[in-house]
Amino acid sequence: MQKPSTYLDYAASTPVEPRVLDAMLPYFSEQYGNPSAVHIWGQKAENAVERSREKIATILDCKPNEIVFTSCGSESDNLALRGVALEARETKNARHILITPVEHHAVLNTAKDLEHLHGFEVEFLEVDSLGLVSPEDLTSKIRSDTALVSIIFANNEIGTINDVHALGDICQSKNVPLHTDAVQAASQLSMKVNELNVQLLSLGAHKFYGPKGIGALYVRSGINISPSQTGGGQEFGLRAGTSNVPLIVGMAEAFEITNATRTDHNEKYRKLRDRLLSSIPNLVPDSRITGHPIHRLPNHASFVFRGVDGNQLLAALDAAGFGCSSGSACKTGDPTPSDVLLAIGLPAQWALGSLRVTVGRSTQDEDIEHFLGVLPAIIEQLRKVNS
Amino acid sequence: MTNHRRIAVAMSGGVDSSVAAALLVERGEEVFGIMMRLWSDDGLENRCCSSADLARAKQVARQLDIPFYVLDAKKQFKDRVVDYFIDGYSNGITPNPCIECNRSIRWDFLFQHIQVMGATHLATGHYARINQDDSEYRILRAADKDKDQSYVLSILNQELLAKTLLPLGEYQKSEVRSVARSFKLPIAERPDSQDLCFIGSNDYREFLDRHDPSLSKPGPIRNSEGTVLGEHQGLFAYTIGQRKGIGLSMPVPQFVLTKDQNTNTLIVGPKELLGVSSFCVNKVNWVSGIRPKNLNSVNVQIRYRAKETQAKLTIEDANEAHVELNAPLSDITPGQLAVFYEGEICLGGGIIQA
Repeated sequence: MQKPSTYLDYAASTPVEPRVLDAMLPYFSEQYGNPSAVHIWGQKAENAVERSREKIATILDCKPNEIVFTSCGSESDNLALRGVALEARETKNARHILITPVEHHAVLNTAKDLEHLHGFEVEFLEVDSLGLVSPEDLTSKIRSDTALVSIIFANNEIGTINDVHALGDICQSKNVPLHTDAVQAASQLSMKVNELNVQLLSLGAHKFYGPKGIGALYVRSGINISPSQTGGGQEFGLRAGTSNVPLIVGMAEAFEITNATRTDHNEKYRKLRDRLLSSIPNLVPDSRITGHPIHRLPNHASFVFRGVDGNQLLAALDAAGFGCSSGSACKTGDPTPSDVLLAIGLPAQWALGSLRVTVGRSTQDEDIEHFLGVLPAIIEQLRKVNS
Repeated sequence: MTNHRRIAVAMSGGVDSSVAAALLVERGEEVFGIMMRLWSDDGLENRCCSSADLARAKQVARQLDIPFYVLDAKKQFKDRVVDYFIDGYSNGITPNPCIECNRSIRWDFLFQHIQVMGATHLATGHYARINQDDSEYRILRAADKDKDQSYVLSILNQELLAKTLLPLGEYQKSEVRSVARSFKLPIAERPDSQDLCFIGSNDYREFLDRHDPSLSKPGPIRNSEGTVLGEHQGLFAYTIGQRKGIGLSMPVPQFVLTKDQNTNTLIVGPKELLGVSSFCVNKVNWVSGIRPKNLNSVNVQIRYRAKETQAKLTIEDANEAHVELNAPLSDITPGQLAVFYEGEICLGGGIIQA
């Protein structure tokens, strides 16, 4: 009997859609020109890149020249924070950065870097026990020397969705740019930047059935930003380097498919997610849901279990055929509770035992039923082993 | 499904456990690798699982194309092995943490954990053999007598042996190295058992002094007649049979004969007085699970690397035995394990009593 293998870690990465792969393939060995070149090979490559930019701009409801291609979501976050903060320091002597304590490391560590290397003061907004930023707190913390505010759209570990629009209003009224890390949200939520009221927004293609190694940053016209990588002037001078044509094509194709099918997929995801959220607290003693019970990503269920080592849990689940994730897991056996789980106020004995289950296009009802059939016994056994 | 085996190999990054895994993979077994992170003294790496070892173990798993997991056992190791080690000295014995690690970490915590992961067996890179004879599992000395590690496995029982595999038991060390070469595995030697992997420096006395300052309690050094010859700096710093470092200047070389915990006295004497020909063991484990009748001719091994000595065992209690050696030994140390053999067969062992 073949052991089951069920992937439930779509928040970590997704498979490349066959149609996306097909769209990319010609740009490896057939249309291989350098988009900067004058000749017809170059023009075809340039057209592919610019068509892709237009497709993404359409989905974001912005202008094509507001889309900068990068190598991944983390690079987009880096460009947004470094580019805007350093520019704001030059032009208006800004030295204050506001972020939340539940940011992805790409934002958190970039802000810390700006603090250590460039003398910025990084201040954290408060989040409640569900991971939500409070508009009042944001209002009170924005200062005249604030370079930018960065607030995660949907949290990767706990799934909570922030009301970016309301927070954007506040930033706009104070004339401070708002960046949102939308890497985790882009597969399921609307990315219309005008509705969201953001000035910068980060994307990564492999979270929405596109390839790894490609991302984008939306930069609203008029925002002052300095480049992350200098050289040949590609990407409006913000990110030099020969455009990665096949991956850019793949990202646009994947984003189009995602945007067109989002509503249907979300409906299916919500049913699977809600089955997990409603069952696990009943099936497993000493368990809690992390993040918002309703305002959370449709495909995202997350939990903590008291007195369980998240890393052991993931290894045991893997051995049982299920690929899941955890905020505290690491591959070196040195578990530490995640910053996010500590920020929402979980004590360490809970925060170490976290589990994230994220569903995707291939997930079936029976996968979830099978998972629910296996999880409680594994947790019970692990608790026994550790006692 | 009932006959399906899934084997967890306890990997360390060393050549032995790597080859153990390779041999099982070659036989077509379903295998996964698991490595424990163990506690170590402040800011130092445990020498049984440094990050270099971890990287090597992962590399081996990658080469063999088997899943690999790391298990955090720092707390368990600290509670069950390190604290036992420190407590042992305050009780006046010389504890054997490697044995305790095998008993309560490898063949308990890890063993239970791999079963949660669906494993049917635990395999290790130890040099010893397991045979099944009339439904009884037996531990035999390794084919490579120089590498034999049956001593540290004498704590196993029938239930554990039924689920334990020792793929290297029939191999010579030289063959293991050549298997490693043929699989292109990294050939790294591990610290031998008996090393104190959790102590950064090699100085266990300094470690003990730091973790339990009450051990450094000075007391008298006396000869066997009771005459005070000097002062010691804490009994934990001395081992039976020790000559160097006692700090006495006497015309005749003095050896540590015994340590009297109750009076905090170190008793020394000339070489002729050294040597014991009988002692008791407790917490005896009989590998067969059945207490034998008195055994008139067994071999006993009193340390990990010691030669065996002929002895007679008187067994009056399930957990205790009296050992009468044919010839006295000078380094019988309370707290260490005495392991009994009948020919190649490891019968079991018990802890030497003061």
